Amino acid sequence: MRQRTGNYPGVTVEKHLGITRVGDIELELIDLPGMFALSAHSLEERIAADVVLGRMPDMDRPAGILAVVDATHLYQGLYLVQQLLELDLPVMVALTMTDAAIASGIAIDSMALEQRLGGVRVCPVVATTGQGLDELKLALSELPDAPRHVVPPIWGELGAASEELAKTLPATVPRFEIERALIDVDSELAQEVAEYLGDDGADQLANMRERLFGSDPPLAKEARQRYSWVREVMNEVQQAAPAITTWGSRTRHFINQPVPGTIGLFLVMAVVFQAVFAWATPLMDAIDSNTAAIGAFMAQNLPAGALSSFIADGVIAGVGSVIVFLPQILILFLFIIVLEDSGYLARAAYLMDRTMRSVGLSGQSIIPMISSFACAVPGIMSTRVIPNRRDRIATILAAPFMTCSARLPVYALLIAAFVPATNVGFMNLQGIVLFGLYLLGIVAGLLTALLLRKSALHGPKPTFALMLPEFRRPNLQTVLVQLYGRAKIFLKRAGTVVFAVAVVIWALAYYPRATDIQANLEQQQALVANRLAGAELETAWAQLENDAAAAQLEQSFLGRAGKFIEPVFKPLGWDWKISSAVIASFPAREVVVAVLGTVYAVGDEADEATLTERLKSARHSDGTPVFTLPMVIGLLIFYACCLQCAATIAVIKRETNSWRWPIFAWTYMTALGYLGALAAYQLGTV
Amino acid sequence: MNEFREFDDMTLASLQRGRKYVINDVNAVDPDVQRLMVLGLVEGAEIELASSAIGGDPLEIRMFGNAISLRREQARHFAVTPAEPGE
Repeated sequence: MRQRTGNYPGVTVEKHLGITRVGDIELELIDLPGMFALSAHSLEERIAADVVLGRMPDMDRPAGILAVVDATHLYQGLYLVQQLLELDLPVMVALTMTDAAIASGIAIDSMALEQRLGGVRVCPVVATTGQGLDELKLALSELPDAPRHVVPPIWGELGAASEELAKTLPATVPRFEIERALIDVDSELAQEVAEYLGDDGADQLANMRERLFGSDPPLAKEARQRYSWVREVMNEVQQAAPAITTWGSRTRHFINQPVPGTIGLFLVMAVVFQAVFAWATPLMDAIDSNTAAIGAFMAQNLPAGALSSFIADGVIAGVGSVIVFLPQILILFLFIIVLEDSGYLARAAYLMDRTMRSVGLSGQSIIPMISSFACAVPGIMSTRVIPNRRDRIATILAAPFMTCSARLPVYALLIAAFVPATNVGFMNLQGIVLFGLYLLGIVAGLLTALLLRKSALHGPKPTFALMLPEFRRPNLQTVLVQLYGRAKIFLKRAGTVVFAVAVVIWALAYYPRATDIQANLEQQQALVANRLAGAELETAWAQLENDAAAAQLEQSFLGRAGKFIEPVFKPLGWDWKISSAVIASFPAREVVVAVLGTVYAVGDEADEATLTERLKSARHSDGTPVFTLPMVIGLLIFYACCLQCAATIAVIKRETNSWRWPIFAWTYMTALGYLGALAAYQLGTV
Repeated sequence: MNEFREFDDMTLASLQRGRKYVINDVNAVDPDVQRLMVLGLVEGAEIELASSAIGGDPLEIRMFGNAISLRREQARHFAVTPAEPGE
């Protein structure tokens, strides 16, 4: 019972399996995407319809349906309930948000509703207080044995027509599917049923439709028929209550005015970005100093050699440099979850529709894009609510440009190291640069969508129709459960992929060890020891050790790879170390932080300077600093554009069902990043 | 109700804020209009205009205590009459 209840399209797309126990009965719950009808309009509706119809290949047909109906949307909810009642499965209704409905002036008599639905159980629940949950669970355990409810024939002609067709069809084709085949003219289902009917199946269906609907579109006829029944039910079960001015309705009245609403949206986003950078700093400093202390402790207490280097520089430095960004990522996730749960994201879609239209998309594309600020993977998956395939693919290809939480560590490291922390107005210069990078991602993403809509994905203008949920105070428990889930995913990633890459990179940077460099070092140190003493000797020894470490790294596998590719990146001002780090970060971009950590830490365990300081002191062979501002800006642009994320590539492949789009996206984004970095460095260095 | 036509009179695209209307005719040829009908914008539904975004598009329509947003382009296909008698 942990899953969220009030579903709006775009919020829940993946099905979640949960187990709940009532007495000694174990119930498996499948959470389906929020939807308003079984009309198979968008991909997520089709998934939900396939599950309830038992058409999912690896899943049994459910034993019953629990329809979670938002009381503030009872009008639309009853449309779906009516369709569900025709599925020949036991159905019950959980009526949520009754408190919000009362506040907005609608009280629902759930007993009357039960009666009107022919005895279907209706359980009002208040998710925030848990009120009604026990009754719901009990009713749920009785559901599989509950009788199939006979719905009053709301549309006699359709029933008769499907009965007639059923005579010539195999008994395995349920009545509901025949009816859908008649209504959804161009659907896969209609094709299937036509094939079953024989060679003239399509004609048979067309004739039947002609008789039933005349020239009226079938879907329109269905809507008219069902809603006339829904209005009848509504009139009986709904009592008007005086509307109460709530936090939600007050907010709505303010945000509803177009100009304050739009300004508000930009303020909200600005606060989010400022908070991500400013609020996280103390926490990050704490994590940072702890990691450094552990690393130094390990280095001192382990015998010098491969193991010590592996623990201190491979494991602790590698994973530590990712965990340090957890505060920022959690703050960002927190904001996105709160915005989502309060109903503000749908409002953002509404406010941004006009803007999105100018790049050939609709407001509906804004929800996947905002989610992509946390992570492009769920963002891309939430594009399933977009009905049109072309709009969907354009959104999928724009989404990875949004600044995801994995880019944040890279940005944070480079900005903290190379952008002065001076104040400009009320904002910090570092915050402004970060905001600029976010803006760059947005602009690049939108322009990409526009170009695609003008070329490969040319087609009719997308439409926009969206239910706007009522504003509500986000539920603390929902927010925390989701935050925990996302933090776990991030740490799992840091603990597996990033850790694995960190170890591999450490090995590539450590091996092979050149014995002559070591021998030479010892010889040099012995020579120096004869001439110097005290602090001078220590400095000289450390210098020699660093030189030896640099020499070791240069002839390591990673160094060789970096050198091999260096000519390609030389026009961007990158040396072979950065080139190596960039190569290593193509499977997961946040790895670059770990790799830079390893690359610059190898060989000087005793040095307690943080990675930031090491980067600042990095020099080219001619003594000029490697990390100049134009080069850093270029590097930031490179990371803003590149598709360095194996998970995103995999999800694009899955969602577009072809390798064509992920290959295109990777090539296009890498080329864009390279050119951007080239322009920044060359123009900045002139 | 079958042939394609534009409505000359009052439509969802020409509502005044603060007044209630009833949808009395829908030109359902456009699939996007059909989609809105599935969301409850059908003949007999009582609606009111809640807001519009910058530039007057899209619109936010309220009915039965909930809100739906749609573009003017589709709103033109819904004919309405004022719900209250008289002016």
